[in-house]
Amino acid sequence: MSTYTATTPQDLETMLAEIGVASIDELFAALPEGVRLGRPLDLPAGLPEQDVYAHLRELAERNVSAEDELTFLGAGMYDHYVPALIDMLMSRSEFLTPYTPYQPEISQGGLQVMFEYQTAISELTALPVSNASVYEGPSAVASAAYLAKLANGRRKVVVSRGVHPHSRETLLTYAHGYGAEVVEVGLKDGVTDAEAWAAAIDDDTGAVIFQQPNFLGAVEDAAALAEAAKGSSAVVVGAYDPIPLGILRPPGECGVDVAVGEGQPLGNRLDFGGPSFGFFAATEAYLRRMPGRIAGETTDVDGRRGFVLTLQTREQHIRREKATSNICTAQALNALAGVVYLAWLGRRGLVELGELLLQRTHYARERLTALDGVEALHDQPVVREFALSLDADVRRVIERCQDHGVNPGYALGDDYPEHPGGLLVALTEQRSRADIDRLADVLGAAVAAERTTAQVTA
Amino acid sequence: MSEALTTGASPLQREQAVTVFEKGAPGRRAFACPELDVPEADPAALLPAGLRRSEPARLPEISEPELVRHYVRLSKRNFDLDSGFYPLGSCTMKHNPRLHERVAALPGHARLHPLQDPDRAQGALELMWRLERSLSEIAGLPHVSLQPSAGSHGELAGVLLTRAYHEDRGETRHKVLTPDTAHGTNPATVTMAGYEVVKVGTNADGGVDIDDLRAKADEDVACLMLTNPNTLGIFDQNIEEIARIVHGVGATLYYDGANLNAVMGRSRPGDMGFDIVHFNLHKSFTQPHGGGGPGSGPIAVSDRMEPYLMKPVIRRVQGSNGHAPRFELDHDRPKSIGRLRGFQGNYGTFVRAYAYIRSLGAEGLQDASETAVLNANYLLARLRALVGAELPAAFGTLCMHEFVLSGAPMKKELGIRTLDLAKRLLDHGFHPPTVYFPLLVDEAMLIEPTETETKETLDAFAEAVAAIVAEAREDPAIARNAPYTTPVRRLDEAGAAKRPVIRQPL
Repeated sequence: MSTYTATTPQDLETMLAEIGVASIDELFAALPEGVRLGRPLDLPAGLPEQDVYAHLRELAERNVSAEDELTFLGAGMYDHYVPALIDMLMSRSEFLTPYTPYQPEISQGGLQVMFEYQTAISELTALPVSNASVYEGPSAVASAAYLAKLANGRRKVVVSRGVHPHSRETLLTYAHGYGAEVVEVGLKDGVTDAEAWAAAIDDDTGAVIFQQPNFLGAVEDAAALAEAAKGSSAVVVGAYDPIPLGILRPPGECGVDVAVGEGQPLGNRLDFGGPSFGFFAATEAYLRRMPGRIAGETTDVDGRRGFVLTLQTREQHIRREKATSNICTAQALNALAGVVYLAWLGRRGLVELGELLLQRTHYARERLTALDGVEALHDQPVVREFALSLDADVRRVIERCQDHGVNPGYALGDDYPEHPGGLLVALTEQRSRADIDRLADVLGAAVAAERTTAQVTA
Repeated sequence: MSEALTTGASPLQREQAVTVFEKGAPGRRAFACPELDVPEADPAALLPAGLRRSEPARLPEISEPELVRHYVRLSKRNFDLDSGFYPLGSCTMKHNPRLHERVAALPGHARLHPLQDPDRAQGALELMWRLERSLSEIAGLPHVSLQPSAGSHGELAGVLLTRAYHEDRGETRHKVLTPDTAHGTNPATVTMAGYEVVKVGTNADGGVDIDDLRAKADEDVACLMLTNPNTLGIFDQNIEEIARIVHGVGATLYYDGANLNAVMGRSRPGDMGFDIVHFNLHKSFTQPHGGGGPGSGPIAVSDRMEPYLMKPVIRRVQGSNGHAPRFELDHDRPKSIGRLRGFQGNYGTFVRAYAYIRSLGAEGLQDASETAVLNANYLLARLRALVGAELPAAFGTLCMHEFVLSGAPMKKELGIRTLDLAKRLLDHGFHPPTVYFPLLVDEAMLIEPTETETKETLDAFAEAVAAIVAEAREDPAIARNAPYTTPVRRLDEAGAAKRPVIRQPL
């Protein structure tokens, strides 16, 4: 068994004597008889380090990761390349093992990283205010609606059906608690139905929420969606994929009040869904309503530049039941990966990456929709992900592709019953033209085989 | 000693803070973009001008060597657990085994897509199921959801479950009780979940004031949120009576697991009568704190709360004809409160916590808690012996895994505040304890040494505190102006809040 304690029998004797008790048991005397366990925990015995490693490795080997197949899965998390320097920096003790920087004099590294991160997110979103991270994407959407609820007290949240299903579900869960009604607006031709959107917004509406690009990969007319809410008091919330922001008009230039999103594509691994981080940016008007930590610049008594956690009167440890959020521990280490990734990509790299994905996504859509039994689910502009409609059982097609080492994407039917043949295909810079061609071959064969099987059965 | 610790600017202090946005030069870069390998289409046709960004985001332009050096130098401006003692109360800053980083980085874990077909993610689902079973045994409650992202997220889950439970019984309740010693996240959570906070007082022993609880517990109370041992480091001996009172009015009892490190293998929240427990995997179960996350806040619940658990839940399906069991994600849960976030939770933290539980086993976990309590009591005894008059314990003579000192006599007698002591500790190479929490103790200092510290470290810390107090008897100004040796000295926090500069002007 591994142990991370160090008490020798002699230490124990000295320590108990100093405390003035005869045994460890005496230290637990305060526990009433009725709540003592009185038996060992029913857990396996401890193992030496090498045995734990072997066990965890065996479990890992029973997963098919992005290393083991050619994957086009996206739908909220993407297999971008994570540069080696991020692994190195995230595993440095100085970033890995401290906690929230409550003592700024010995936490300048972490605080400056937060300040740089906030600057990078501000730049990316073209919004002046960013916090230092929230948990992840979908809960960030729900938190944005809570911000709106506290800001204007209105009880209705209008959400586009193009928002990630997990975000809509999370929003419903949160909203039921703080007492908001969620109204969903459908899609038309792959994007938010503009007429229904405008019609849903009224005096009762506290927030309107869309996603860019939406879950079906389509680029929304964000400025028009925001414009439709301008006559109301609703907070306009956009949930953004950060990678295409290199080429897409940023939320701050579209009339969006609060931009949130899943930060995983920025230098974080897939990790079966987390940990990653959520970003949360806003216009100046919401500075004092932001959830979570915010780092600010200041000076020390000798005039040196330094950084502190600031505007803390918003937060739970000061404001308690009047806080803007209950969040305490967020995702500082993952946000570090985010800002390092953005700096690594750099001013031009983010644009180049966006343009590359735009071209490859277009190529992939053309290639795949040329296959028999495969059509585009919509014709809207797409930048890194697109939806197809298959004339075959999607789950079985996916299985057939996976048997050939290709994961063609995400089946849309469970989340969008109106698209039973829907398949969502995502690109990253790690998927080359050759990979796309291979996907086309495998998918084409799988669809054909599945249609033949279906005909025979019929 | 004092002189050596108060004079001269260190090399780190002479280095002015420069941000990554102030480094580099136009044209420099680290990233090499893959070549365009598909036939180029007209970009304007693919993405019309109205949807396009007109100016690139003003991100840094910097080479990889500069980038590495920038962040490595920044890292050196941080104090961290691997370099020194970090007795931050209620945060359980225990050693983070490096094995966990190695296993979490295995591609089968780290590059597994969350929407992979469950049949092709059986290792991950089995790991999660095994972690759930382990946490269930540790909590003494049968059902577990790993989904919440941190302790406060677990709290939100718990209060929303409570709401669903009452609503399912056709009841509308409006109030949630929290002791005045509670973590700030408790009342903030209550508001977020649409309830009104009602505070319960603390008795002379540091436990819940039972009379006050009786007076406030009525049919309009949905839940009592409690930490046990509480934030004073005291195990509430009336816990069984508290559970009876709360259950007597039909409310649920919620356990804030921030202090679970005191009782693993000794006592279980479920056996104390709690209905819902959250765990902080970044506290008791060694997920590194990351400078403020990632964390993880799984919850364990009793049978009556189970129908409302977040979805999906993991199911173990027994294999037939000698086949191995399989693990499924069950989304078909009509009474569930829904999702609290995307996907399945912070899986990377599950890998680490599970590795920890397998390393220690039943015996090791119990030893961890016992040693945590031993270390806390030893440090309390040393401090009592060395500085008991100026820095007395706020409650009692023994503690659980942490304890509270009051700096009020020190402030009165010596003219230095708890904050000054904390800042002077920085010059001695220690991370200070949690200060000014819990709120009901004047000049509070909450100290949690954890089980992974040696007796020598505890001795050195007690001696440093004693040295600072002795120094203050001679010259309180030294502590009042501390620290002296850190990369920066005391910072103008009021100014930062008054004129917020929260991003680099570019």
